[in-house]
Amino acid sequence: MAAASGNRARDKYSVLLPTYNERENLPLIVWLLVRSFQESGGNFEIIVIDDGSPDGTREVAEQLEKIYGSDKILLRPRAKKLGLGTAYIHGMQHATGNFIIIMDADLSHHPKFIPEFIKKQKEGNFDIVSGTRYKGNGGVYGWDLKRKIISRGANFVTQVLLRPGASDLTGSFRLYRKEVLQKLMEKCVSKGYVFQMEMIVRARQLGYTIGEVPISFVDRVYGESKLGGNEIVSFLKGLLTLFATT
Amino acid sequence: MTKLVQWLCGLALLGTAWATLALDPLGLHLPLPCQQVLWPFPVYLLVAFGCYSLATIGYRLATFNDCEAAARSFRSRSERGLVQPLRRTGQVTHGAGCTSGAGTPW
Repeated sequence: MAAASGNRARDKYSVLLPTYNERENLPLIVWLLVRSFQESGGNFEIIVIDDGSPDGTREVAEQLEKIYGSDKILLRPRAKKLGLGTAYIHGMQHATGNFIIIMDADLSHHPKFIPEFIKKQKEGNFDIVSGTRYKGNGGVYGWDLKRKIISRGANFVTQVLLRPGASDLTGSFRLYRKEVLQKLMEKCVSKGYVFQMEMIVRARQLGYTIGEVPISFVDRVYGESKLGGNEIVSFLKGLLTLFATT
Repeated sequence: MTKLVQWLCGLALLGTAWATLALDPLGLHLPLPCQQVLWPFPVYLLVAFGCYSLATIGYRLATFNDCEAAARSFRSRSERGLVQPLRRTGQVTHGAGCTSGAGTPW
């Protein structure tokens, strides 16, 4: 990087990709990520955290490492399915960037938004930039009316109870300063959707600044969505726990 | 202060104000029309909040963006974009869109 790039030359973005049975999606998302960073000129690495996928995701990741180089694709697999929170902790331990990007590996999130995240972070010097489906030209694709109602209803209840200062709390397409994510991971105890909510709520508590970027969420190009009654119940339980403890 | 405590404090404040005016322990003797409005006031508030909630959720539902163009563009560009670089590296020898099925060609 030329000296004229200034601070930009020193910023490195570590993308954490927790995967489970993403054999088909992984090459595509890695290619899109690489292209996205090449177009915007950012320094990056992609950390693939595979939880012992039975479909051969790890083998695909090893091929990708050979193609793109082991400085760009880092494989940090785990023996079995251990959950998202621990995947982030595990990935962060190996991240050499000063910014961490978390996103879904199933192509619900498009890497084309990453340059916008980076730009937004620099604009406001934010500690966190969160992708939002609910503001601006953010939105979703592939959701039926029932899912939209549940989503908007749940978001409304969350906004009323928690007043979090961010429009999309259950989203998982975010950019964090590395030290901010490390601090938040120490404090967060929830799982699933509520874990993502707790990160934002705790961030507010600790005085971190949060910027938002509208994103499109394209539901599961190749897979199946999972939003059943159990998920809703556990969401409500988690929300009430956050309400009572934060 | 947790959100729960904030809510309880707010409700306690409103509740005390309402009880003071409606139950009239201080002997203020407010005019009858005022008393008639005051008594069901908590119910009015609940109903108003219910209407506000429905209206807000309805509005947000109606303006929930459908990223159809994004999805179409993504599918066609990504499927074109994937095959070429993977063909160059010998990962894909036929077919479009996905990596190979049973048995990798490398």
